[in-house]
Amino acid sequence: MNWVRLSMAVGLMAVIGSFAGCMAPPGFDYSAYRAHRPRSILVLPPRNESNIVQAPYVYLSTITRPLAECGYYVFPVAVIDAFMKENGLPTAEEMHGVSLQKIREVIGADAVLYVTIEDWGQKYLIVQSVTVVKARAQLVDTVSGDVIWQGRQYLSQSSGGGDPLGSLISATLTQVFAWLSDPTYPLIRRANYRMLSDPDQGLLLGPYRSYTQENDHCLDPH
Amino acid sequence: MRLFPSGLLLSWILTGCGGTQSLYHWGHYEDLLHAMYTHPGKAEPPLQIEILSQDIDRAHASGQAVPPGVHAHLGYLLSLQGHMDAARREFETEKSLYPESARFMDQLMKGMTE
Repeated sequence: MNWVRLSMAVGLMAVIGSFAGCMAPPGFDYSAYRAHRPRSILVLPPRNESNIVQAPYVYLSTITRPLAECGYYVFPVAVIDAFMKENGLPTAEEMHGVSLQKIREVIGADAVLYVTIEDWGQKYLIVQSVTVVKARAQLVDTVSGDVIWQGRQYLSQSSGGGDPLGSLISATLTQVFAWLSDPTYPLIRRANYRMLSDPDQGLLLGPYRSYTQENDHCLDPH
Repeated sequence: MRLFPSGLLLSWILTGCGGTQSLYHWGHYEDLLHAMYTHPGKAEPPLQIEILSQDIDRAHASGQAVPPGVHAHLGYLLSLQGHMDAARREFETEKSLYPESARFMDQLMKGMTE
């Protein structure tokens, strides 16, 4: 039981973090998106430019919910990963290399979300630690091959200690719910919502949400 | 099991009280994905099957929809455990709830018979 890491994970929640918003240019052009509105999104395991081996899979475990809440069918991320591996594609690089035609033919996805992790994890400074998540994403229409949307996410949060909830959490719980000791997990969740629900550059709504022509942007459900 | 109500309370605290406009009952799907990837051995198929089945029951009991992918993920876990009929039922349920999944579900079921 690593109380120090646990305390930091919980302490994070009580800390007002510093963060940077989306960094894409303003005035996103939605014409290609509106011309090829997908019903379903396939998320492949992200490519990883960070040196944290687990980063793509922490990311993958948080991306279904915000996309589905925007109204899309999201293919089961872990089943897709296993299916690709069973079919001779052991790495994210190789999965990202599969042709859109093949993806459409075998999986039936309308669009693919290609994500690249740029930076990830905890940086230890002298008196505190900073947790960083940074990634870029592209949504590609599988019929035309057009990039219909793209976004960037960069969020960092510093932790100065503090442990108001620590005593409430039992060792058993942290064994089952590993996210309790992973500060990147809640941080990337927030970064996902921030990117996908950005009022100017976020996703448009999918078929499981009702929308009008004037108001079709995905909103943060929180 | 006392464990899961506490887990739910904690996830409520930590994610900042899920929105009122959510389309789905999310349960533990994403927490299980995170656990299986970051702590191999901690979320083995039998445990995941048990928790996801409870989540689905809770969704039904509360009248909320089961999210995209949950029935498919459960079906895949069942197939790993050799429960092919049960797996097939889950894939069919995913297909009927979400027609967008049809081709992939057919692909998975085809893989099971080969």
